[in-house]
Amino acid sequence: MSSLSGIGGRLYRGETSIDFIGKRRRWYALSGIVIIISAIVLGTQGLHLGIEFKGGSEFSVTKVGATVEDGRAAIAKAGVTGETVVQKVGNDRLRIQTGALDSFATVKQSLADTFGVNVDDIDTQIIGPSWGKEITKKALYGLIGFILVVMLFLTMAFEPKMALAAIIATMHDVFITVGIYALVGFDVTPATVIGFLTILGYSLYDTVVVFDKVRENTKSITSTGKITYSAAANLAVNQTLVRSFNTSLIALLPVASILFVGAGLLGAGTLKDLSLALFVGLATGTYSSIFIATPILAQLREREPAMRALAKRVAQHAPGSVTIEAKGSVDAGSSEKSGWARGPRNQPKRKRR
Amino acid sequence: MSAINNSQSSSQSPKGAKSSAKSAKSIAILALALIAFSAVAVVQGATKVKLGLDLRGGTSVTLTPRASEGSKVTTEAIDQAVAIIRQRVNSLGVAESEVAAQGSGTNRQIVISVPGQTGEKIVQLVGQTAELRFRQVLVEGAPNATTAAADAKSATLPTGVTPDLNAKYAALDCSKKANLQGGSTESPDIAVVSCDRNGTQKYILAPAQVLGSMISKASAAIDQQGAAGWYVLVSFNGEGTNKFGALTTSVTKLAAPQNQVAIVLDGLVVSAPRINEAINGGSAQITGSFGQEEASNLANVLKYGALPLAFDQGEVLQVSPTLGSDQLHAGLLAGLLGFLLVFLYSFIYYKGLGIVTVASLLIASAITYLSFLLLGEWIGFTLTLAGIAGAIVAVGITADSFVVFFERLRDEVREGRSLRSAVETGWVKARHTIIVADTVSMIAAVLLYFFAVGGVRGFAFTLGLTTLIDLLVVFVFTHPLVALLARVSFFANGDKLSGFSAKSLGLKIKTDGTENLKG
Repeated sequence: MSSLSGIGGRLYRGETSIDFIGKRRRWYALSGIVIIISAIVLGTQGLHLGIEFKGGSEFSVTKVGATVEDGRAAIAKAGVTGETVVQKVGNDRLRIQTGALDSFATVKQSLADTFGVNVDDIDTQIIGPSWGKEITKKALYGLIGFILVVMLFLTMAFEPKMALAAIIATMHDVFITVGIYALVGFDVTPATVIGFLTILGYSLYDTVVVFDKVRENTKSITSTGKITYSAAANLAVNQTLVRSFNTSLIALLPVASILFVGAGLLGAGTLKDLSLALFVGLATGTYSSIFIATPILAQLREREPAMRALAKRVAQHAPGSVTIEAKGSVDAGSSEKSGWARGPRNQPKRKRR
Repeated sequence: MSAINNSQSSSQSPKGAKSSAKSAKSIAILALALIAFSAVAVVQGATKVKLGLDLRGGTSVTLTPRASEGSKVTTEAIDQAVAIIRQRVNSLGVAESEVAAQGSGTNRQIVISVPGQTGEKIVQLVGQTAELRFRQVLVEGAPNATTAAADAKSATLPTGVTPDLNAKYAALDCSKKANLQGGSTESPDIAVVSCDRNGTQKYILAPAQVLGSMISKASAAIDQQGAAGWYVLVSFNGEGTNKFGALTTSVTKLAAPQNQVAIVLDGLVVSAPRINEAINGGSAQITGSFGQEEASNLANVLKYGALPLAFDQGEVLQVSPTLGSDQLHAGLLAGLLGFLLVFLYSFIYYKGLGIVTVASLLIASAITYLSFLLLGEWIGFTLTLAGIAGAIVAVGITADSFVVFFERLRDEVREGRSLRSAVETGWVKARHTIIVADTVSMIAAVLLYFFAVGGVRGFAFTLGLTTLIDLLVVFVFTHPLVALLARVSFFANGDKLSGFSAKSLGLKIKTDGTENLKG
């Protein structure tokens, strides 16, 4: 673990630098391919929607030794036709999902008789046919409202281009997460949708951390004229890399424990659906704030005339200037590869020497 | 490390002493506030977190209003529907039953939650549509059951009251909650026995001559002269004008109580005003000793009871206590596991600084638990499974703000500052990031809260709550604590277990001050 800290120090000083922004085409292409695959799978296969979206009933019986066959027999006896799913959940729980029913009381009675349990001990969930439309609509409103409000807020807190880049990265996360759901065929329930929406917030949290550093690094680059916007932004990503890794990992640990307990002990339901969506989303969110959000931001900013002029000025400077700058306590051995000025000595705001 | 901070530590001590007093004060105030709020919780008897139905078993039904012929879904209509359903549900007498509208504007749902095993009864109970009717009062009396005069003959009974009806009336006990359920589906064409909505009177009522659908308008108004106080104005449509005219004309000549017309909503008498004169003009004025609230309540009953809202059953959820306690245990286990993992990671990665993470998280959990207790008491907050999930996810997000702060701190130390001055410069920078990031989380939580329905709202609520708690803890506990610890030599001198050692920061300067030239 302390070797990771060591990497943190080297990343901070710019001795180890990963070129996130220069190689952006690679990341864009990677994300592009995943999104295209997602779109194709989504178009052909679609999402595996839970009964909350389709309408229908779900019963669950807790009985030691209950078998799937018994469950099927019980609902057949109640005269249920159409698509039904009977699943064993956990050790001694049986979950039965059916389409819309005329009389769910009959089914419950039949289950109670078959398994010898009290009717009131059968857990039931009945979803009306219009319910799915309702929650889909709400989720959509939530998404649109969220994007507008956050865009406005980030524009005020940072700058419009940062807001735009952050939102593009967030949309990227939503696409990829939905794509993964379509691809793997995980159940999509309202809890999943809430998970998605939460990811939006979290993915932005991560992006905010990186952008805050980008802003700090680029505050006075035009006046010092030593480093391009892209280079300063890249340094910021590198400097916050360990932070991003740590925040994501720490956020992921509790989510993973919910997923573990939810899927392992309870088998299915709110906990599993919520944490799975969060788990997938957190991972893509971390990826996008480093590989997508910052490169897009740099690209947007580099188009500005002031930044173009700056890039020209920086290009005219000899690479040698770097070694002269960095003769302090830190050795400058790693700066020979490119003309980018690196390290804290080149952070524009520090003027100690 | 020691070589680096020599120059700065000496010049900073006066300022440092001041800030350390401030830090200690901040932590002390937090401790006092925690104790004070705990005392409030104990005094108010809030010693247990209220659990949602999915954690203790119960039935919840979510209804979506549907616009039907001639009726529009309005906020007032939904409020009225909530009041009617609440009346029905409360009649079951199950403690902590709840009927509430969720969501915003006309896009709201009504969520009914009843703990325990009430089964299908609730589902049927809330599904019926409420009707408003005007019925002439035939007999009025005290609410308790009486023994009917067995030999009562039709002759001695008021017109329209059959011996059968009289027996029913005698047996009816309106002081019993179960009889105030409402939801009566009896035909408007026959005479009925009925209770006052509050269980203070019972009645025999004639067949309904005027129906709620015949009302065109109703409103509460105040007599400007102040003589009559608040009253309710009702206007009828064409058919209503004729029928109400006929009804009032016939009853106004009769003796009490038969000169009264009962306003019956959902099978229960809301009000039974005496008719003073024949009202043929299509608009009536109901006076009484009304306050503003009573007048507008009655006006709402007339206005919205008239056009009954129909509902689609969105979701019915029935959880047995067994599943409930299983879910509760799973949630708590997941929380414990999440905590342990975060603790473990903090100690491995941040070593001594991990103490700060653990202490801060424990404080944050204590505040969260206290908030659950107090909010349960104050605004009826109940903890659901989704809420527990929200709180667990928040552990990670709260720990994230510590990471942001610590990494900033280490960056500052890497730049050659002493730990003590790094705490201040690092904090100023980290503070901005933390505020912006938490604001984004907060926006997400608020929007989720307003757009989600049912149990999932609990997730948004706890997420928002814990985000606020996160901000509080970072500002008044974590930062002051780090500032205090920075004065302890274990941390300030960069002990190898402190999380600030040259090695763990990746600095290439050995503690003896010689440079390492391996690069």
